[in-house]
Amino acid sequence: MAEPYLYTEHMAVGYGRRVLIDDISIRVARGEIVTLIGPNGAGKSTILKSIIRQLALMGGRVVLDGSGMENMSGRDVAKKMSVLMTEQTRTELATCFDVAAAGRYPYTGHFGVLGERDRAAVMEALSLVHAEELAQEDFSKISDGQRQRILLARAICQEPEILVLDEPTSFLDIRHKLELLAVLKEMAGERRAALILSLHELELAQKISDVVVCVRGDHIDRVGEPEEIFTDAYIRQLYGIAHGSYNANFGCLELAAAAGKPQTFIIGGGGSGIALYRRLQRSGVPFAAGVLHTNDIDYAVAKSLAARVIAAAPFEPIDADAYEEARACMRTCREVYCTLSGFGSMNGANRRLMEEARELGSLREP
Amino acid sequence: MEKEKGIGRFSRALAFLALLLAGLAVWNLCVGSARFTAAELFRLLVSPDGGTNGRILWEIRIPRIVAAVILGGALSLSGFLLQTFFANPIAGPFVLGISSGAKLVVSLMMILLLGRGIAVSSWGMILAAFAGAMLSMGFILLLSRRVRSMSMLVVCGVMIGYICSAITDFVVAFADDSNIVDLHNWSMGSFSGMSWGGIRVMALVVSAAFVCCFLLSKPIGAYQLGEVYAASVGVDTMRLRIALIVLTSVLSATVTAFAGPISFVGIAVPHLMKSLMGTAKPLLLIPACFLGGAAFVLFCDLIARTMFAPTELSISSVTAVLGAPVVIWVMVRQKNSGRREERHG
Repeated sequence: MAEPYLYTEHMAVGYGRRVLIDDISIRVARGEIVTLIGPNGAGKSTILKSIIRQLALMGGRVVLDGSGMENMSGRDVAKKMSVLMTEQTRTELATCFDVAAAGRYPYTGHFGVLGERDRAAVMEALSLVHAEELAQEDFSKISDGQRQRILLARAICQEPEILVLDEPTSFLDIRHKLELLAVLKEMAGERRAALILSLHELELAQKISDVVVCVRGDHIDRVGEPEEIFTDAYIRQLYGIAHGSYNANFGCLELAAAAGKPQTFIIGGGGSGIALYRRLQRSGVPFAAGVLHTNDIDYAVAKSLAARVIAAAPFEPIDADAYEEARACMRTCREVYCTLSGFGSMNGANRRLMEEARELGSLREP
Repeated sequence: MEKEKGIGRFSRALAFLALLLAGLAVWNLCVGSARFTAAELFRLLVSPDGGTNGRILWEIRIPRIVAAVILGGALSLSGFLLQTFFANPIAGPFVLGISSGAKLVVSLMMILLLGRGIAVSSWGMILAAFAGAMLSMGFILLLSRRVRSMSMLVVCGVMIGYICSAITDFVVAFADDSNIVDLHNWSMGSFSGMSWGGIRVMALVVSAAFVCCFLLSKPIGAYQLGEVYAASVGVDTMRLRIALIVLTSVLSATVTAFAGPISFVGIAVPHLMKSLMGTAKPLLLIPACFLGGAAFVLFCDLIARTMFAPTELSISSVTAVLGAPVVIWVMVRQKNSGRREERHG
């Protein structure tokens, strides 16, 4: 494991005299992205604010590049660490260039006049976040998403070895979220910066993080690689999801299934049933889905949305038990839909189900 | 390149302010109960002859002009610092009650000491005004922790101002008759009766404060982006905040000690300067605010003493008439630019 660039030793954080989370050990190496996830109010921001010394530590210490931060001057820290927090920045008559150039503070002279190198660094940072064309715009007149990019440019031109970002993706639309994460990847990759950030979007956290830290109210629940953390069961538990579910493979959330005795039976598979599943779920109609192989993409969604799923073992033709179960279930349903347009050697049983439904007169056009 | 054009604009704007100030000073020298032509003025300036006109010029007009320049600059500068400190465009020493606090303590001291026949030195006045300014500032700081909205903070400041003025009126009513005339004139705000001794003191205090502000322009600029960002680039925000509080209090206290409370200069001038310069960078705005404030107050004083001569208006009446519309304009523009709510952390 790489030598950590920043680590916390028994760090305790909180407000006033009240300790919120105790004995925190977070470590981040250069080139590594560590993401804090957890429910609202779990203390992600508190931890980040404590690391950047916006909040006083309640105990323990933070070590940055080999020395304890408690003994470092503001200027020394500023040359190694830059931040992007959720604090709103209001400006008057300042161009985006001016705002980004604020990141050069630790490097400029007594009156803060920018030199050639400073200007180049600012422009380079602006181009990295795709905001060169905004340079001469008034910072107070651009959109929230653009503002976030300018503030990121400010953090980048500070030439940090570690970046601390509190929910950097809020206020961004999906395109800018992706762009921002690409920039962070580049910071960690090419520039070998250490990154520690908090994210609300689990699907993004799952994709970008090297290490995920799960913050949960009064303790750090788990620390691990995304593959260990992002499992259906654990995410449900971490966020206390009672209604609906989390699908780790897709990194998406599903609403709770409409409960009750299935009124509709859907013969699906190969992704053809998903749209109908969602439509019925929205209308609150409990339905059964079958017969689905457990490796079918429809199966993953149906498991979350259907009142009942009739499943078959993967890579094998549908066995007799599953077929009989589906038949029995289908006969109790008022409507049957078949979303399949063709059948193969593995799901011949589904063709028979469809034909039977047609004879019963319960088959409907999807 | 864009930048060079910008620098040209800044130096042109500063040169314009300096010329404006010089022009107003000359106009002020010529106009009044005794009117001078340019030739006369030149003669009196080069070789003072000890006659009435020479005395009017050297003992009355020039001290008054110098005081208006120094104190006007100080007032506008303290307004700029307060606006930066509270991140509030309508903050100023008068609306936040700081001038009134200074006025209250100065009045109390004058009544106490003059009643016993003790003369108060310029330094004593400044000290008393500083104590009063810090008192009001302390209240405002306490309130600013609880009051998040910018306009509410200003309303609180205005209330503090009213309380201080009311107490001042109250103690003045019970003061000895002989002191009242002086005290009354002073508490309305006026540049009349400035002495060269007083000017030496105010020049010393204000130039020291000005130099300190100018040296702090880099951290002040970082502070404009917000406290968290200032801290993250290495500004010692605690020390900067203390420095800003002390500097604004010293500046507004000096003004109040010598000329009484003067309204609206502290808000109006920094905004006019921002519009003129097209930037809010402290490195440029600190000198611009000083020059602009000096010119603005000099112009107001010209109106105050000549418009209804021989009756003199209080300087605050003039600054209010000219300054308050600027403040209204600023507030309207603020609303229009669509202020966003705070994001929570």
